[in-house]
Amino acid sequence: MAEYLNLFTRVQVRGPVYAGVPIGRDDQHRSPQRGFSYLMGKIGDAQVGPIYLGHLGVLSLVFGFVAFEIIGLNMLASVNWNPIQFVRQLPWLGLEPPSPAYGLRFPPLAHGGWWLMAGFFLTMSILLWWARLYRRAHQLGLGQHLSWAFAAAIWLYLVLGFIRPLLMGSWSEAVPFGIFPHLDWTAAFSIRYGNLFYNPFHALSIAFLYGSTLLFAMHGATILAVSRFGGEREVEQAVDRGTAAERAAIFWRWTMGFNATFESLHRWAWWFAALCPITGGIGILLTGTVVDNWYAWAMDHGYAPGYPAVAPAITDPALATGGTR
Amino acid sequence: MKIRFPLALAAVFLAFLGSVFVLQAFERPPPVSVQQGFRGTGMVGVTNPRRDAGLVARNQVPAAPEAAGTDGDRASSIYDNLQVFGDLSVEQFGRIMQAMTEWVSPAEGCNGCHVEGDFASDDNYRKRVARRMVQMVRHINADWANHVQQTGVTCYTCHRGNLVPQQVWATAPEHGARGMAASANGQNLAAPAVGLTSLPYDPFSRFLAQDGNIRVQTTRALAPGGVHPIQDAESVYGLMIHISEALGVNCTFCHNSRAFSSWTESHPPRLTAWHGIRMVRDVNVNYIEPLREILPASRRGPMGDALQANCATCHQGVNRPLLGAPMLRDYPELRPAAAR
Repeated sequence: MAEYLNLFTRVQVRGPVYAGVPIGRDDQHRSPQRGFSYLMGKIGDAQVGPIYLGHLGVLSLVFGFVAFEIIGLNMLASVNWNPIQFVRQLPWLGLEPPSPAYGLRFPPLAHGGWWLMAGFFLTMSILLWWARLYRRAHQLGLGQHLSWAFAAAIWLYLVLGFIRPLLMGSWSEAVPFGIFPHLDWTAAFSIRYGNLFYNPFHALSIAFLYGSTLLFAMHGATILAVSRFGGEREVEQAVDRGTAAERAAIFWRWTMGFNATFESLHRWAWWFAALCPITGGIGILLTGTVVDNWYAWAMDHGYAPGYPAVAPAITDPALATGGTR
Repeated sequence: MKIRFPLALAAVFLAFLGSVFVLQAFERPPPVSVQQGFRGTGMVGVTNPRRDAGLVARNQVPAAPEAAGTDGDRASSIYDNLQVFGDLSVEQFGRIMQAMTEWVSPAEGCNGCHVEGDFASDDNYRKRVARRMVQMVRHINADWANHVQQTGVTCYTCHRGNLVPQQVWATAPEHGARGMAASANGQNLAAPAVGLTSLPYDPFSRFLAQDGNIRVQTTRALAPGGVHPIQDAESVYGLMIHISEALGVNCTFCHNSRAFSSWTESHPPRLTAWHGIRMVRDVNVNYIEPLREILPASRRGPMGDALQANCATCHQGVNRPLLGAPMLRDYPELRPAAAR
């Protein structure tokens, strides 16, 4: 029984290399390289390839590469083309959006133009990749669950970098590129708009984010636990319950009085995952456009509690001096 | 299987890197948290006894010399060219000169500031700087009691035995290549001034040498809320990190972090800090920066301005400089004449 508690897959299937269903004249786009990898087999299927790139994939990679180069070369320029500093400071380096003075105009390259171009190429790359997902799923006869879930993430991305800046009338409201720069921006964004913690859509987004991880863990654990009874054949068990499904179901009814089914669990998981960026995007979209101070909004609507003062009360000294700074 | 060994080797290597990171990045326990606000709101101060012991050692005040008599001739009747200490008794004058030598120029002695053999001469720029700094100290002790209280400041509060206080700042040059490469807006470098974040690394020019606007939040709930871009919030965030590090406290020492701008949710130290920001602006603009005219290049920053003061110049890691030792009490010479 210990094998089911292993971090890595214990079973590696090594049959003849399987090329997948025939897809007619588009077969030319599939890479001929395919084979087996022991290490890949440790975490997934041991067979690697064939990859289908196609026109959309190639274009997406080209656009993505242009964005990557614009961002990377500007980061390198920001340390005077010093490769050692580039490696040392990489997490700190960034590419900043235009300053507020430029509004929605196209700024000079050095003052946000590169950022705008990188954003354009990255967005094109992502949208092309979405179209590629859609087409691949269609050609295999799958449902479009993956492409629409990816679209939910793209919604949040577009709200942050495109839709909200448009509504605010300034590219300066958008996110910089860079590891720490975008994190520091996030903290500053929350502070500027009165604490995103009090944005109810932010709260929903977090609930769906953590809910997703919880559902994922519960689901993975349940299926592994009943796989000795054939429970990993989830699709069959959805319509033809065997003892695996019955045991899993009664386990959850025993522990929490209610259980998902082998079908419904996947719908739960899909919606939790998709709603995380959907609600998050709504929360970002409302910030600055409708609500300027989420803490004040929360206090106005009884959404946040007040607390008794412990320290002696103080008042704004600027009120006495007349200054506001 | 053959691949096992390289995998194990890789795991050991990763574990080694991980432990190096943990040892480098984290403070050794025990952290101690002290409640400062209503229960359950996270309004706590976090200290570490290990760190506190070092702070006590670094913030000892030198023993004060015996008090000087105020009777007898005024110093100005004995010495030439006395512009700030002329109203002291000769005994008091000698005492404060001796103390200042110990505080500021222990290695070079009197000749750190004075021309050897001609103490009245102003030829050494350091003497002119010192005179201005004495005026600054008296000004702070007289007019900024809402920040320095009755504890006050002396030369030692900042200098600690150095000709130039160790924690000073100057306008930082813009980094990076010129031409059409993207400007980084003065941020995105691992900057010690702002706690190794990628926030704007020179919050001082804007907020401590000019009266840059610190209030970026609006107090009304609904938009349109004002004109403060997120970039301004980043600069203010950098300044606040500096204050936090300079004082060895976290945000909640002054603010309730759920509503940084709200005065009703803030704690009294925020008032002290508010006056402190204005005090530092005052001394930088009116006392320190004008000295750039007489300072040699080695005493100026890369952009040519004087090395100026920020919160760390006095505080040096503790929320009350020198742990609140009432040092000024022993040096009435550094109070303005009216208050002596």
